Amino acid sequence: MEWKETGFILGVRPYGETSALLESWTRDHGRAMGLVRGGLSRRWKGILQPGNRIVLNWRGRFSEQLGVFIVEADHLYASELMNCPLALLALNVMNELVHIIPERDPHPRLFDSYEHLLNAMSKGYVWLADLVRFELKVLSELGFGIDLTSCVATGDVDNLVYVSPRSGRAVSRSAGLPYSDRLLPLPPFLLDDTLVTNDIPLLLQGFKLAGFFLDRHVYSFRKIAPSCMREILIKRLILL
Amino acid sequence: MARAAIGSEIEKLIRLFSGLPGLGLRSARRVVLYLIKREEQLLRPLSRALEMVADSIKICSCCGNIDTTDPCCVCIDPKRDLSVICVVEDVSDLWALERARVMNSHYHVLGGVLSALDGISPHDLNIKRLIERACVPEVQEILLAVNSTVEGHTTAHYITDILGDCNVRVSRLAQGIPVGGELDYLDDGTLAAAINARTIF
Repeated sequence: MEWKETGFILGVRPYGETSALLESWTRDHGRAMGLVRGGLSRRWKGILQPGNRIVLNWRGRFSEQLGVFIVEADHLYASELMNCPLALLALNVMNELVHIIPERDPHPRLFDSYEHLLNAMSKGYVWLADLVRFELKVLSELGFGIDLTSCVATGDVDNLVYVSPRSGRAVSRSAGLPYSDRLLPLPPFLLDDTLVTNDIPLLLQGFKLAGFFLDRHVYSFRKIAPSCMREILIKRLILL
Repeated sequence: MARAAIGSEIEKLIRLFSGLPGLGLRSARRVVLYLIKREEQLLRPLSRALEMVADSIKICSCCGNIDTTDPCCVCIDPKRDLSVICVVEDVSDLWALERARVMNSHYHVLGGVLSALDGISPHDLNIKRLIERACVPEVQEILLAVNSTVEGHTTAHYITDILGDCNVRVSRLAQGIPVGGELDYLDDGTLAAAINARTIF
């Protein structure tokens, strides 16, 4: 069996003394693993870095096999992000999130968001709101998406300012006011995908919201430690 | 039934050698045979040296280096510059810098780098001790000599942030074209880093 696709590097682990186990993220084949022969050599070190876009040629006798990758560099994002601490942390957070997605399970919409976010980070656009959206998209792709279309109590589509931690659905200002201390604030940029913001308090609200549901549906559920990179990123944002 | 050609002790030795980097079963057999043929010159001294190292090996409580004394010989060397601490990922990096004889400073071994996928957090690294050392008045500069990888840079940025309260200058290794490197064969990232970090000639 054989397939060829452009994808991103999520991580690389040594395999033996000279080869590397490459974890990649592709549009049509999802999270795919494979062996890169000679992947630990000096020649490949610069290319096999997380975040880099590469052309992957996978070969294996059966689709269930680990298989062997023949890789070729396409766009080396990693070196473009290395001088930006926030972007590097975000890249780690994104890779960690993609890592929890089952192997060989394609998620084209999530892949497009990943690519869009990486592009924005490398070009220096405003991207932090997109990172929050990406986190929520991961939850959605895993089947735990939150519903922000209308108020869970009244059905209103306007003035949605809270999210119910119990149902994961939006709550309008009027319906949520008496319970505001128990509800999660909903930042406006999550209601409109075209909105970009650098407003730190709003972004922190977004990270708090996504973090709550990530913790409930991913970290606590799977009994794994929450992402330390995410924690460092949020601490850095608070200090900005 | 196949008969054993060699004793279990030698077989065990071959298996142990085959686990070493660069050695497979076949090379391990060659090494063991070579050692056995040179019992007095190699086998016995090697056995004694291994036992001695195993008994006296220590991790330096100050810098994290591996030595037979604690503090290690680098930390107690009075000729070294006290004002600079060179932070490295692993003991092998410390040895590489020492081999090159380019640093006369003290070192600090982190014991790894932050890694999202491998689940290595700041608590798993020797960072707390680094902060204590950086806050000593004699220390003026922390040189981050971590590898130029995504994980290495993430760790470097994190350390730079947490050393913000200490009164030290934080520097890092230069990036660019290696000695003997040809532009045609370099990746885009290295070329971009080299252009950005260009100096007056």
